[in-house]
Amino acid sequence: MNIIVNVLGLILAAFIVWWFWISKRGTETRAGGDTIGIVVDGGVYTPAVIRVAAWRPVTLRFLRKDSSPCAEKVIFSGLDLSADLPVGKPYDLSFVPEKAGEYDFTCQMAMYRGRLIVEENTKP
Amino acid sequence: MEHKTETSGSEAKTTRRLHVTDISCAGCVETVEKTLRSVPGVSDAQVNFAERTATVTGNVSPDVLVTAVGKAGYTASLLEDEDAEAEKENAELRHYRKLLRQTTVSGVISVLILAVSMFHLLPSLDSASGRISWGTVSLLTLFVLAYGGGRFFTGALKSFRNHNANMDTLIAVGTGVAWVYSTFVVLFPDSLAEVARHLYFETAALIIAFIDLGSALEMRARGMTSQAIKRLMGLRPRTARVVRGGEEVDIPIGLVIPGDVVRVRPGEKIPVDGEVVEGSSHVDESMLTGEPIPVEKKKGDTVVGGTINKTGSFLFRADRVGKDTALARIIDMVRKAQNAKPEIGRLADKVSGIFVPTVLIIAVVTMLVWFNFGPSPHITYILVTTMAVLIIACPCALGLATPISVMVGVGKAAEYGVLIRKGDALQQAGQLTTIVLDKTGTITEGKPVVTSVEPVPGALSGDELLALAAGVESGSEHPLAQAVVEAARAKNMELKTVESFEAVSGHGVRAVYDGNTVLVGNRKLMDENGIDTGPMIEAWERLSKKGQTVVFTALNGTPAGLLGISDPVKPDSKEAVARLRGQGIKVIMLTGDNSLTARSVAEQVGVDDFIAEVLPEDKAREISRLREKGEKVGMVGDGINDAPALAGADVGFAIGTGTDVAIESADITLMRGSLHGVADAVSISKATVRNIKENLFGAFAYNTLAIPVAAGILFPFTGLLLNPVIAGAAMALSSVTVVTNANRLRWYRP
Repeated sequence: MNIIVNVLGLILAAFIVWWFWISKRGTETRAGGDTIGIVVDGGVYTPAVIRVAAWRPVTLRFLRKDSSPCAEKVIFSGLDLSADLPVGKPYDLSFVPEKAGEYDFTCQMAMYRGRLIVEENTKP
Repeated sequence: MEHKTETSGSEAKTTRRLHVTDISCAGCVETVEKTLRSVPGVSDAQVNFAERTATVTGNVSPDVLVTAVGKAGYTASLLEDEDAEAEKENAELRHYRKLLRQTTVSGVISVLILAVSMFHLLPSLDSASGRISWGTVSLLTLFVLAYGGGRFFTGALKSFRNHNANMDTLIAVGTGVAWVYSTFVVLFPDSLAEVARHLYFETAALIIAFIDLGSALEMRARGMTSQAIKRLMGLRPRTARVVRGGEEVDIPIGLVIPGDVVRVRPGEKIPVDGEVVEGSSHVDESMLTGEPIPVEKKKGDTVVGGTINKTGSFLFRADRVGKDTALARIIDMVRKAQNAKPEIGRLADKVSGIFVPTVLIIAVVTMLVWFNFGPSPHITYILVTTMAVLIIACPCALGLATPISVMVGVGKAAEYGVLIRKGDALQQAGQLTTIVLDKTGTITEGKPVVTSVEPVPGALSGDELLALAAGVESGSEHPLAQAVVEAARAKNMELKTVESFEAVSGHGVRAVYDGNTVLVGNRKLMDENGIDTGPMIEAWERLSKKGQTVVFTALNGTPAGLLGISDPVKPDSKEAVARLRGQGIKVIMLTGDNSLTARSVAEQVGVDDFIAEVLPEDKAREISRLREKGEKVGMVGDGINDAPALAGADVGFAIGTGTDVAIESADITLMRGSLHGVADAVSISKATVRNIKENLFGAFAYNTLAIPVAAGILFPFTGLLLNPVIAGAAMALSSVTVVTNANRLRWYRP
């Protein structure tokens, strides 16, 4: 009995590490057109991983469904981009990503978490 | 980012509202509706005749709609901004009320369940009636979890599916485990030893009630942090008196278009930015600049929307409206800066990113430790400690610690006319060791006047010298040149056209004027052109020692005389420099003037050091030199000609009116001309960083101490365990404490 409980506990801990840190985080969307819709609800951005090409204009259309204050802001680390999101109305954030790299976007408290992956592209 | 635009809501089926003027009949309604419906992307358009508004549904930009209505002969403007703000406030209020309702309902039921548990008001689980009664309690608790804490469970589930974990995860797992275990005990009491048949319904319900209360208190406190923005937005007038068709009519502010002529009466707010075309007055700009003395406005002067007309009545032409006004840009800038995160918060961000999974692992480890080494009944100790660990850990306090202080700090700075563009500037301003002040326009008024005219004896008369210099300088935009031309105009001198003109950067000008070759500039210009300055040296030294900038003049290769130009030091520069030095900062003055003039001004204002005869292009190099010596350098200039130096400094302060390009060019823009703004910025920065440190220390210390205590680290020594309900209350109050501490900044006076 003791061994079973301990093994189950260790498996649970390992699962937490794997699920939250190692496995691929969230659904991923690649920019096909110019506009990508992102739903802000229930503590997550859906999709949470966005892949775009550098030097191509992109519009992230946030739709905030969650009225809690945590969800009201979105901040892109390293891109000098941020926005206040209205509840229930789409909000377009348009920009041209210049530098390839991975940029986290989070709410003000970093509880909602997403990632913008900017891939190398030739400068127009 | 190469290009950035933000627009609010343009998705398919987005509904927009427009103000449409000139609608006077049912025919107009039909025309406007038909026009709007014919715009590609519009699915529906309804005009409200009474309100003079149009509600348009579709996927189309507002500009297209406004243009289409304009082509049909009407004037339209977007109403969305005002509505969005009002809607935001309403949404916040609704959410706050909902939290209060949830707290009340959950609280009342929780207290009932607590009373039932504490005073043993229900039969034991041994009887069927007992199991039915406790089953009812289980359902009541489930109602509390669903009504008061449903969002935690849905949030946790969504986060989990997204490989993410947040505060919802901890609360949902903690209270969920308590309810599931207790309900299992009620349903299958015989499957557990008697000592393990403990119920945790009141614990789960009270935790939810406390966390709801904490969220409501936090939201209320958060509302206060955005008062600076609300105050700025409150400056926006709602209507404007526009001259249309020869008549003055009051119209909503959103309908004013560039080119409109607007009437402003005494005591009224100026609605938009523009230029005075008739009349004059004094305008109180203190709400934007912090400058208490009203500024005179006459024909040709610019006025800024949101400021208050004091005495006279005047007409001005609207130049910038809507989002283009200085006030709108300031509001936008303050908002963006409030969302920024300075370096100091990066560690907390990193910790926040891994916090919840780490706490989950700690909870599992706690469970195993109590299982292997804890006393009997194991299940009771495991549940109490694991629940306490999950509930007391608070990512909110950690996540809120930096942004909430930044929000209040940036707002506080805006109150003092200090606009911070970057979060890092907010942090770095308080760490500066050296501040470099550009002289002209920063320490001085920046409006030089000719105070001495000293011709070389036997060459020209004083008036001839002034006329000669002014004639040459009339082709120059330099402030000193303007002073010479103004002096000549004041004497009604007629200036001839310059035949050729060449500006020599940092030296002066060379020109052919009235058939003569004329040099006007500093001593270097004379030396480099072989002019004998001997006859002018005595006057040069004398005027320079008085702090005057001396302009030499040579006519056809011989010295003609010199002009002394004074740029008065601002009345409060000396006091502001003393404040900066009192803050432990070395103050250096930078100027293109000669050493004698520079020394005089430096002595007047009491700077630590000065660097004279610096060419404009060399200012940035001086900043680099200081930084290479290990100094943290702040540069204060007027924003345009000092741009390279401002950009090269650790923190660039643009000093100006806030209506020009300076707003966009520096890390920090000082809305009023006073150097006190720099001292205010440094002071507010220090206070904000101190506040952030307090918050971060509090949040880290809270979690570092609370989690081991919740895990039962004190039990071997004291026999005490932390009640999960107390953990819930502590968790709820931790983020309230952080927000309340940040709000203390609102009372700070630099």
